[in-house]
Amino acid sequence: MSLHNLTPPVLDVRNLSKVFPIGSNLLGTKPAQMLQAVSDVSFRVAQGETFGLVGESGCGKSTLGRCILRLIDPTQGEVLLAGTDITHLNAAEMRPLRQDLQIVFQDPMSSLHPGMTIRRILAEGLRLLKLDAQTEAARIAELISLVQLPADVADRYPHELSGGQRQRIGIARAISVNPKVIVLDEPVSALDVSIQAGLLNLLRSLQERLNIAYVFIAHDLSVVRYVSDRIGVMYLGRIVETGRASDLFDNPRHPYTQALLSAIPLADPRAERKRARTVLEGDLPSPLNPPSGCSFRTRCPRARPLCAAERPLLEDTAHAVACHFPDPAGTEATARATPSTLQTGEGA
Amino acid sequence: MASTSPRARMRALSSGRALFGRLPLTGKIGVLILLFWAITVVSVQFWPLVDPLMMAGRRLQPPSGAHWLGTDALGRDVFSRTLHGAAYTIPVAVMVVVFAVVIGSALGAIAGYFGGWFDAVIMRTADVTLSFPPILLAMTVAAALGPGLPNAGLAMIIVWWPIYARLMRAQVLEVRTREHVEAAIAGGAGRGRVLVVHILPLCWTPTLINATMDFGQVALLAASLSFIGLGAVPPSPEWGSMISEGASKFYSWWIAFGPGMAILSVVLATSFLGDGLRDIFDRRGPQ
Repeated sequence: MSLHNLTPPVLDVRNLSKVFPIGSNLLGTKPAQMLQAVSDVSFRVAQGETFGLVGESGCGKSTLGRCILRLIDPTQGEVLLAGTDITHLNAAEMRPLRQDLQIVFQDPMSSLHPGMTIRRILAEGLRLLKLDAQTEAARIAELISLVQLPADVADRYPHELSGGQRQRIGIARAISVNPKVIVLDEPVSALDVSIQAGLLNLLRSLQERLNIAYVFIAHDLSVVRYVSDRIGVMYLGRIVETGRASDLFDNPRHPYTQALLSAIPLADPRAERKRARTVLEGDLPSPLNPPSGCSFRTRCPRARPLCAAERPLLEDTAHAVACHFPDPAGTEATARATPSTLQTGEGA
Repeated sequence: MASTSPRARMRALSSGRALFGRLPLTGKIGVLILLFWAITVVSVQFWPLVDPLMMAGRRLQPPSGAHWLGTDALGRDVFSRTLHGAAYTIPVAVMVVVFAVVIGSALGAIAGYFGGWFDAVIMRTADVTLSFPPILLAMTVAAALGPGLPNAGLAMIIVWWPIYARLMRAQVLEVRTREHVEAAIAGGAGRGRVLVVHILPLCWTPTLINATMDFGQVALLAASLSFIGLGAVPPSPEWGSMISEGASKFYSWWIAFGPGMAILSVVLATSFLGDGLRDIFDRRGPQ
C-alpha cells in the first residue's frame, strides 16, 4: 500500500476551470455573460483505477471530460498526464500524447464516422501508431475480438450494427492505441439496460487486462457504484464530495450526495418504506448566475446564513466534502484518511 | 435507416441504374430530357441538319415540312439553330455550376471550419454579393468585361459562388460538432485531415441537390444575358440571343418558340431531377 502511494498518479487534474463566454455586446468585444461550466476541480487517478464522476445533467461533467482531453481548452488549471503538463501544449506537441489519453462518447452512432467501415474507423485511430499494413490488419482483428464482436463486423458500416455493438467499436477505438487513461463520457447511458451490464463487464475486464485508468462520467449512480474505485460528486461545476466508492455510498457526508443516494430505489420493499427520503426542491441553478457562497445552498435542507456568505472548500482528505455542516466521516474512513494520498482498490 | 445513411447514398450513387429506379416519375423525365440535351451537345454537328448560320430558305417562313420550326429574319432554320444552341448554353451552364460549386464550397468549408476573421471576410463578401439581384450583378460584370459567352460565364460564377459557400459553411458547422469529429481529434488527426476526411464527405448532399436545380437557373441566366446582348454574340445560335431576335418579330412567334421551349425543358428537367434527388437523399426526420 505504501509503495503504491509513491507511484505518481497517471492522471492529475489540478484546479481545472472552464468558463464559456456567452453572447457578446454590440461591438463583439466583450462577452455579455460568462458561463462557469467547471470550477476549480481537482482529482487524481492512479494506474488501473476507475474514478467515477457523478452529477445531474448540466453540472459540467462532460465539459470536464473534454477539457482533460484538450478537446476544449480549459480556462484555468492543469491536467498532468503521467507527470507531464498537457494543458499548455500546442496541437503538434499534443499529438504524440493522444496515444495515452482516449475517450469513449455517449452516443455510439454519432461518434462513429457514418461513411467508413469499422475497419477504416479503427485504422484512423491506429494512425497514431504508424503501423505497416499487415500489423494494422492484425491489430484490427485483435481489437474486434477484444471487445467480443464477430470478426465480420470489420467490413460493415456503423449503421449496420446495433447500439451495443457500436459502443463496443467505440471502446475498441479507444483501447487501440494502448492508452493509459480513457475518459468514458456516459458510455452506457444511451443503451438499453439489458446491454449496459455486458458493456460494463467488458470495460472492467479490459481494465484488468490492460491496466488502464478510467474516468467514468455518468449520472446513473448504480452504474457508477458498480465500476468505480473512487467517486467524485459534482454539483454546478464543482466537486462537492469525493472518496472511495464504498465510503461514499455507505456514509455519504454531503447533503447533496445524500439526496442523490436516497433517490436510488431499493430492491427490498421493506427497507424502501422505512428509509427517510431527501427530496431536493427546485432546479439546478443557472451556471450563468451561480448562488453566492455554497452553490448548493439554494436547495440544501441544512442551509444557514454562513452558507450564503462563504464558499465551503473541499477538504484534503480521503473522503472529502465541500460543506460547512457535513455529516462526520465514518470511523473507518477517518482512520484511512491520509492527506493527498491516493486510495486505490484492493486490487493494487 | 440503411437507405439514408451517407454510405448507402454513396453506393446508390455509384450504381446509377438503382438510383434512376428510385427517382419519382418526374425525376426520370428530367433525366431523360437532360440526357437528350447532353447527347445533342456532343453530337449535334454530325446530325443531318442544315447549317445554322446559312440562309436555308425564305425569311420569316412559318413552320413547315422543310423547316420544322420555320425560318428567322435572315432565313436561317430555327429548328437547326435551336439544337445547335444547346452546344453554347449547356456547356456554359455546366462550367458555371462546376466552378461555382468548387470555389464556393471550398471557401464555405474553410469559413465554417476555421472561423474567426477568415469566416468574417468570406461570409461578408458573400452577403454583399448576394444582396445584388443576380441579373443586375451579372449584367454589371459582363458589361465591364465586354460581351461574349466566356465573360458571361465568369460573371455568373461571381453571382453564384456565395450560395454554395453558405450551403457548405452551414453543413460544416453542423458536422464539425459531431462526436466522431471529436473522436478523430482525440485520435490525433490534424486539422486538415479532420476537415477533409471526417467532415467534408458528410457535407455534399445539399450541394449536389442544389447544383442540379441551379443548372437550369444558370442556363436561364446565360440566355438572359445573351438576350440583352451581353452573352453570346450574333450570329451564334445561342438560345437567349435567338429569343431576343424573335422578340422584335412579334407575329413570327416560331422564332422565339424553339429556343424558348429548349430553355423551358432544361429548367424543368433540372428542377424535376433536383426534387427527385432531394426526395432520395435529403429525407429529414426520424431515420
